[in-house]
Amino acid sequence: MVMAAIALTTMIGMALVANALEEESAASRVPYPDIATGDGDTCVEDTEFMRRYHMTVLMHQRDDTMLKGIRSKQHSLKECIDCHAVPGEDSIPVTVENPKHFCRSCHDYAAVNIDCFDCHASRPEQDLLAKADEK
Amino acid sequence: MKQIVYSEIDGRSTGFWILAAVLGAFALSGLLAALYMEHYGHYVTGMNNQIVWGMPHVFAIFLIVAASGALNVASIGTVFGKTLYKPLGRLSGLLALALLLGGLAVLVLDLGRPDRLIVAMTTYNFKSIFAWNIYLYVGFIVVVAVYLWLQMERRMNRYVKAAGMAAFLWRLVLTTGTGSIFGFLVAREAYDSAVMAPLFIAMSFSFGLAVYILVLIAACRGSERELGDVFVNRLGRLLGIFIAVVLYFTTVQHLTNLYAAEHVGVERFILIEGGIYTFLFWAIQVIAGGLIPMALLFRTPASGSGNAYSRIVLASALVIIGGFAQVYVIVIGGQAWPLTLFPGMEVSSSFYDGVINAYAPSLPEIGLGLGGIALSGLIVIFGIKVLRFLPATLATSSLDSQGH
Amino acid sequence: MSTKSNSPAAPEEFDPSRRSFLGSAAAAAGVALAPGVFLYGVGAANPADARGLDEAASGNVRWGILIDLNRCDSGCTECVTACSKENGLQGHGRPATDAQWIRKVDVRDPATGHSQSLPMMCQHCADPPCVDVCPTGASFKRADGIVLVDKHTCIGCRYCMSACPYKARSFVHEALEDQKTHAPRGKGTVESCTMCVHRIDDDRQPACVEACNDTGGGAMLFGDLNDPESEISKRVAKYATQQIRSDLGLDPGVRYQGL
Repeated sequence: MVMAAIALTTMIGMALVANALEEESAASRVPYPDIATGDGDTCVEDTEFMRRYHMTVLMHQRDDTMLKGIRSKQHSLKECIDCHAVPGEDSIPVTVENPKHFCRSCHDYAAVNIDCFDCHASRPEQDLLAKADEK
Repeated sequence: MKQIVYSEIDGRSTGFWILAAVLGAFALSGLLAALYMEHYGHYVTGMNNQIVWGMPHVFAIFLIVAASGALNVASIGTVFGKTLYKPLGRLSGLLALALLLGGLAVLVLDLGRPDRLIVAMTTYNFKSIFAWNIYLYVGFIVVVAVYLWLQMERRMNRYVKAAGMAAFLWRLVLTTGTGSIFGFLVAREAYDSAVMAPLFIAMSFSFGLAVYILVLIAACRGSERELGDVFVNRLGRLLGIFIAVVLYFTTVQHLTNLYAAEHVGVERFILIEGGIYTFLFWAIQVIAGGLIPMALLFRTPASGSGNAYSRIVLASALVIIGGFAQVYVIVIGGQAWPLTLFPGMEVSSSFYDGVINAYAPSLPEIGLGLGGIALSGLIVIFGIKVLRFLPATLATSSLDSQGH
Repeated sequence: MSTKSNSPAAPEEFDPSRRSFLGSAAAAAGVALAPGVFLYGVGAANPADARGLDEAASGNVRWGILIDLNRCDSGCTECVTACSKENGLQGHGRPATDAQWIRKVDVRDPATGHSQSLPMMCQHCADPPCVDVCPTGASFKRADGIVLVDKHTCIGCRYCMSACPYKARSFVHEALEDQKTHAPRGKGTVESCTMCVHRIDDDRQPACVEACNDTGGGAMLFGDLNDPESEISKRVAKYATQQIRSDLGLDPGVRYQGL
């Protein structure tokens, strides 16, 4: 009897959650993020693959690079950042502190903490003095 | 022995709740200190590239070493069959768990990346004694929990002896491991010694028992339960013996170092020229923490006559203070002495080569350490309130005619 | 000694003209080891044997550095400056906690009064104590002998810092920003000299060696200790070299000449 009640509650709960997920995101309280497009025509993998597996790809790559010294460019973090840099007002790419940062735009929405940028630079290397001189 | 009755303490007096509030406040400030250090980075502490382990580690190591020793009382009852100690076994297990958890909390919260605790618990380099210690500490929690359960579930009492033996052996390995964290560091002259492991075992016996005595007396006084003199006196005599063993191993450690010409420098530093470290070693660790309590305790009568409470309480407190000083001298004094890159040469650089490294404990570090002690305290007081760890009475009259 | 001006090219760009220049500069301006004997600062590896991007580091190679102390001037800190610049080591005015991957150590013999200066960095031991003690295995030795910290796994316990006989490691005591893309470093992890592994993998020399040969005393030589034909192997076979704290049996990859 208790087991039946638990099973029933679980099934109803799951149905509600599935329903909520299928609803238009525009109807939810958190606005769907405006994710900037990267440079070039396509990413190194297609969007759906990247959405689901980018962390698996990055973690595998980091172990290869760190432990074995394999620096292939296909899944290199540096290449990702180079293409996906989002320029700020001064046309200098923003760091991860800025919500417009490519990774932040999605990670903020999904409420997933980003660990990478404690150590890794979050934008392509800037020669900021030279850029200031150019202006 | 008559069937021992254990019962929860009332835990509803004003005194209890004030104690809980004070401990809670210290635990909370410890947590806030840890958050502060983690957020801003360790530059806000007194630890630096020269003294990499500071006050949090002094507190943590003391707590972990004492945790292992606190289980001694239960072991003496179970493994060595001394019936006088049997009623004291459950509190001993609880205290061991509480002290270990407090020490581990301090250790983990001081890490540069405490958010990576899951990494620490799943990725192991088995050549590292530190990695083995993580297994030993977590395993100790499990072993003691099982040991306590077997003691408290009367139907399982027949398995207590096996569990007690396992717990006893486990904590000998654990404390050997803790001492070896230092003993295996060949590069540091103050540590590179095989005697660190037995020294830590001796320290655990001494500190753990001192803490146990104070907690037992406080718990019985606080819950107004009678505590017979025979218990206190026997524990006091035992503590006296343990202090002597610690002094013995400390002597061996320093004498051996003095004989090796390459280690004379660090010994001269600790024993004579080290300023604060020399003061802590002689005045606090050896005299206040060793010789004076030993003198107090060996004057304690072995049997139940005479009230030696105040002497034993004082001696236990002195042992704890002396113990902190000992761990401070080992952990921080050992790092203050510079690494010898070129034996016999004078060395200087921009990275503090060749100079005695300075260290000043900072408030967040001390706050975190005290928070760990407070956590241990909270576990003990709520443990004895919620479950039956404390015997209803430990009066001398509760013993049978043979004095068991 | 060197008349070449340092071009402001970004470090990642592979500048072929640099390597050929170094080869000819070595011929023109070698380093005196002893009268008539020169220490050449030649490039890391034969370009023909360059490791491809997709290849792993090989155990056949063992990278090492030979430092000739007869050429190391106590006032010169070119290696230190170059390392800080290359790896983005920012000083915060707190010398006790600021990172230092390489430092100049001044050694004086009180008995004789003789003094000398030497650069001290991670010695990249063959049997590193820091690797032994790391609980998570973050401190590791790569197949080609370079000792590194895997910051992904480092929990910041600082045990390796206690274990290192050379005080080579630093702990990052504050939050960092705008790190060099080739040298990630972050708060709460331990770090040390990487022998400029990013440069080595790009067939260039460590920044300290390059700076020493360009603008310093020309005391440092980088190469493959496992290759009997390399300059460094020939030098260490021919002339006496010392390892610091050799009594510990760690077999460091950094050797000193004239200690």
